Amino acid sequence: MNFIELIKQPWPWYVAGPLIGLTVPALLIIGNKTFGISSSLRHICAACLPAKIPFFNYDWKKEVWNLFFVGGILAGGFIAFLFLQNPEPMIVNAKLSTELATYGITNYDSLVPTEVFNWSSLFTLRGFIMMVAGGFLVGFGTRYAGGCTSGHSIMGLSNLQWPSLIATISFMVGGFIMANLILPFILKL
Amino acid sequence: MKQQKNIAEEETALEQKHHEFLTENTDFEMRSLDATCFNESELQHPWWHNFKYAFVGLLFGILFVKAEVVSWFRIQEMFRLQSFHMYGIIGSAIVVGIISVWLIKKFKIKTIYGEPIEFVNKKFNKGQVYGGLLFGLGWAVTGACPGPLFAQIGNGATVIAVTLLSAIAGTWVYGRFREQLPH
Repeated sequence: MNFIELIKQPWPWYVAGPLIGLTVPALLIIGNKTFGISSSLRHICAACLPAKIPFFNYDWKKEVWNLFFVGGILAGGFIAFLFLQNPEPMIVNAKLSTELATYGITNYDSLVPTEVFNWSSLFTLRGFIMMVAGGFLVGFGTRYAGGCTSGHSIMGLSNLQWPSLIATISFMVGGFIMANLILPFILKL
Repeated sequence: MKQQKNIAEEETALEQKHHEFLTENTDFEMRSLDATCFNESELQHPWWHNFKYAFVGLLFGILFVKAEVVSWFRIQEMFRLQSFHMYGIIGSAIVVGIISVWLIKKFKIKTIYGEPIEFVNKKFNKGQVYGGLLFGLGWAVTGACPGPLFAQIGNGATVIAVTLLSAIAGTWVYGRFREQLPH
C-alpha cells in the first residue's frame, strides 16, 4: 500500500489526537496565539454587524489571525475532499446504524447524514431544527461558555484551568442529554 | 529638530500606553469570556504573516476530516458510548497539550520572534455551565463544534453554511443580550 492510499484511510485516534494536541504549542510558538476556534464567530460579528453592541466593539483586525486559521480549516476540508477522500463508506457501530435506519438514515458516504443535512430538507421541521436551531445553539452556547471544544477542552485543559474542566463537563452533559433523550424524537419527525 | 523629538516622545508614550494595556489587561472584562483574545503579540507584522495561521488551519482541517472528528456519526457514537474513537482523540490531544504547555513553561520557550509565551488564567462564571450545556445540546444535534463546521463546508456539505450562519447569529444574539444573562 503506498503512502497516498494509506493516508486516504481514516486516521486512527492515536495518530490524530496527538497531532491535534500539537496545535496548542504550534500556535503559541508561531505567534503567541491561544488555540480557540469559536471566537472566530465573534470576530465575524464584530466585523460585519457590531451594531454598537459593546461585546462586538473591539478591534477585530487585531484578531484577524483567527479568521485566517478558520479559513485554513475550510481549505483543508476541501483538499481532503479533492485528494484524500476515503472511497469506502464510514464504518459505524452496528447499534447506531440499526437505530439510524429506523429514522431513514442509511447513507454513510458523507461526513453528515445526507438524508437530514441537505438543501431541500432545510425547510422541513426536522431539517430546520437540526441545521438552523442546532447551529444557533452552537454559536450562542460557545460564546456564553467563553469557548468551545478547542478553547476550553483542548487549550484550557492543557493549561490546567478548572473553569475549562467545568465547561467541558457541561458540554458533555448537554451532548448526552440531546443524543440520548431528545434527538431520537427530532429524528422521528 | 525639537518637533521631531516631541513626536518621538509621543510615540514612546503611546507605546508605553499600549504596553500597559496589554500587560495589565484592563480590557479583561470584555475579553475575559473569550478563549483566544488575551495572548496578543506586541510586535507588528505585515498582514500576510497571518498566512502561517492559515497553513496550520489547513493541516488542521485535513486532520479533522481524515480522523473523522467532523463526522456527525462519530459524534453520535461518542454521546451514546458506542465508540472509543472520540474519547481517544480528545484525551490524547489533551495529554499532548498538557505536556507541551508544561514544557513551554518549564523551559521558558519563546515564540519564533523571541517573545515570551504568556498564559492567562480563566475565571469561573456561571456562563461556563449554562452556555456549556446549550452548546452541548447543539453539538449533539449538528454533530459539529465551530471548527468542524468550517471543515464540513470545505468537504462538500455546502448546506452546513446555513448552520454556520445560524451559529454566527447565535453568537450575535448572545452579545446583544449578554448583560441580561446570568454569569
